[in-house]
Amino acid sequence: MSKILILFAHPRFEESRINHALIETASQIDGVSIRDLYELYPDFNVDIQAEQIELLQHDVIIFHHPFYWYSCPPLLKQWIDLVLEYNWAYGPHGKFLSGKIALNALTAGGIREVYNESGSNNYTIAEFLRPFEQTAKLCQMEYLPPFAVLGTHRLDNNGIKEYQKQYSQLLYLLGSGEFAPLRAHNCQFANDLAVIKNPVVR
Amino acid sequence: MSGDFLFQAVVYLTAAVVCVPLAKRFGLSSVLGYLLAGILIGPYLLGFIGEEGEDILHFAEFGVVMMLFLIGLEIEPKNFWNMRKSILGMGGFQVGLTIVIVFAIAYVTELEWPTALAVGMAFSLSSTAIVLQTLKEKGLMETSYGQSSFSVLLFQDIAVIPMLALLPLFSSSASDVSDGHGSFLENLPLGFQTLAVLLSVVLVILAGRYFFVPVLRLVANTRLRELFSASALLIVIAIAYLMELVGLSPALGAFLGGVVLANSEFKHELESNLEPFKGLLLGLFFIAVGASINFLVIGQSPDLVAGLVIGVIALKALVLLLVGRFFKLSTDQNLLFAIGLSQIGEFAFVLLGFANQLGIVDRDLLDLLLVVTAISMTVSPILAIVNERIILPRVGTKESEERPPDHIGKHKPIILVGFGHFGSTVGRFLRANGVEPTILDHDSNRVDLLRKMGFEVYYGDATREDLLESAGVEQAQILISAIDDPEASLRLVETLQKHYPHLKLVIRAKSRIDAYELLKLGVENIYRESIDTSVRLACDVLQMLGRRKHTLYRQAQNFIKYDEQSMRRLVEQSLNSEEYINRVRLEIAQQEALLQADLRSGRLEDDDHLWSSVKPTREDSSD
Repeated sequence: MSKILILFAHPRFEESRINHALIETASQIDGVSIRDLYELYPDFNVDIQAEQIELLQHDVIIFHHPFYWYSCPPLLKQWIDLVLEYNWAYGPHGKFLSGKIALNALTAGGIREVYNESGSNNYTIAEFLRPFEQTAKLCQMEYLPPFAVLGTHRLDNNGIKEYQKQYSQLLYLLGSGEFAPLRAHNCQFANDLAVIKNPVVR
Repeated sequence: MSGDFLFQAVVYLTAAVVCVPLAKRFGLSSVLGYLLAGILIGPYLLGFIGEEGEDILHFAEFGVVMMLFLIGLEIEPKNFWNMRKSILGMGGFQVGLTIVIVFAIAYVTELEWPTALAVGMAFSLSSTAIVLQTLKEKGLMETSYGQSSFSVLLFQDIAVIPMLALLPLFSSSASDVSDGHGSFLENLPLGFQTLAVLLSVVLVILAGRYFFVPVLRLVANTRLRELFSASALLIVIAIAYLMELVGLSPALGAFLGGVVLANSEFKHELESNLEPFKGLLLGLFFIAVGASINFLVIGQSPDLVAGLVIGVIALKALVLLLVGRFFKLSTDQNLLFAIGLSQIGEFAFVLLGFANQLGIVDRDLLDLLLVVTAISMTVSPILAIVNERIILPRVGTKESEERPPDHIGKHKPIILVGFGHFGSTVGRFLRANGVEPTILDHDSNRVDLLRKMGFEVYYGDATREDLLESAGVEQAQILISAIDDPEASLRLVETLQKHYPHLKLVIRAKSRIDAYELLKLGVENIYRESIDTSVRLACDVLQMLGRRKHTLYRQAQNFIKYDEQSMRRLVEQSLNSEEYINRVRLEIAQQEALLQADLRSGRLEDDDHLWSSVKPTREDSSD
């Protein structure tokens, strides 16, 4: 059993249908803790010690956020800047995160097709997420492919339900400690998991 | 004489004190308790009261007047206007149809047609006193059933006036009747009568706006509570008197007066002052109704009485069901509505008595009808219980599944006490975010001023429980105390914690010392008024000395956080003791150390955190 920590950062959560749905799904799964960062630290005054204790108590860390300007909202960056301290998260004695799993769960307005070399955004999601990948590596964590909800502007209720299902499947898989499907070479997104595992769902 | 009065008082009060709690104990409404008390002490059972019961009935009708004044207070004029459709539509439909059917039946059974019409009119009315008292007691005023009931009752109360005016026209011996409900206007031509009626309505509205409020303000400034009660009573009695003078229903006039005053700052203060009088008088009224049931008439023709009671209740309920269906009430609400209003009301006493004077209804018929009326009033609360407990559960939906209120009554979920510099800032910020609290302040001059600035503030001393109650504390979710006086604030907290434990308290504290007191009472949300401002000031000074703002901002946040924590640790210490002073010194030292540590964290000191080394992670993990 792996315990999962969702670091959720959304400055306008009240207006996001998809994130309400995803957080609602996640909150019902045992072994998943959600930290709503903008609710905990409206003043950006992140409590370093409390956050480090949370990290120690979990095995999988998910950065869950909207994809603002090809990155995360500022509070999550602030969280990373403050909490991942020298000689705690990295450095000669910084081994407290070693061996844990990290990944991003993000929501973005653009559809999957615009995130590639020939699309309007020029780069893939994975390329944009390099800073997170390297942060995880520096802290000796394993970085897995992101869970991405793309094209949120066009999402209808059925689409939302589909993503809820995918998110809960992912969380159950991570919770069971079974990471092999996510390590597979052809796995670009953690969403594709459902397809790999169960081809009927599409 | 005075001994007699005292004896009477003892009889009535004892009956009430014994019967009402008993009724409540069995889950019945207090109305039923009073009615049973009346029957008990009436001339046919214990015989404590005899003929004078009727005088008391007339006197106690004033309770109904007062109740309508209080109801008016809770309806703002614009909401009243919004209700015009349901008042005219539902009320007109119900009254008209009931009169027509009862008239037809009575006419067929060989009553003279004026008699039949009088009976029809009397039977079309329901009991405002019983229904509204029950609705208020159960807090169902804002359901669609409550709203519909209220609309119909209001129409009936208005309809009584033309009914009383019409009756003399049908009488063959009308000329010699000039007492009773006659007024000094009676001998004037019709045009003048109408004019006088209109004038008196205008007078009530103008007085409400330009005379009562300034007078109440003067009275409030004397800070004598009993004087305020006296003024409140005076207003209601004066309006009732004026209405009686021009031949309008006092209840209706009082209702109008209440509506006019609903917007004033004295709304809650008036409510809390009149509530006890209303309760007592209404109780007395129900006792008198119970006592007036003439068991001799029942003894003579039990079948006829029973048949009439059942017949009239069934008929009224059916008409009401039809009205409810037509106005799209859901089945459960419609059942509550129809059975709730199925009795004959107190105005039937007045109407039938008047008809008797006019010679339209003879003595025997009058006795019979009065008995039927009184019994129907007694039976209807029982029917309502049967409906709620036996019928409704089978219909499927429950009474608690209510539609959100559509027009009247607005008990807001937040109460803000104290509207000085502190409270007004709180209120403004809440309002800017679309939250409108109910605001109370005890300084009537300030209330006046703030009202002129456009704030909806009510006058009243919030440490008094009755005032809190009329401000809607039972429905409230959060109470904010922005009171200046720490002692008053503590008193308020103690009262609230004792009587309304559900309420979330958000309390302003003047100082650390006050905060300790509040903490000891178990208050969670305490706001020391100076802490944020003084820290901000200190920040600005440091900034003037050249420090960076963001760092200062974070230091300030932490300072306040640590201070709150240390305050909570220090509560247990008694003030001024050696121990307390030592603890405070220790806490301050710790606080400073923590802040220094915060400042240092993340700072590059002995090395550069290995950012420049070629492969930091691999090397680290290998050793």
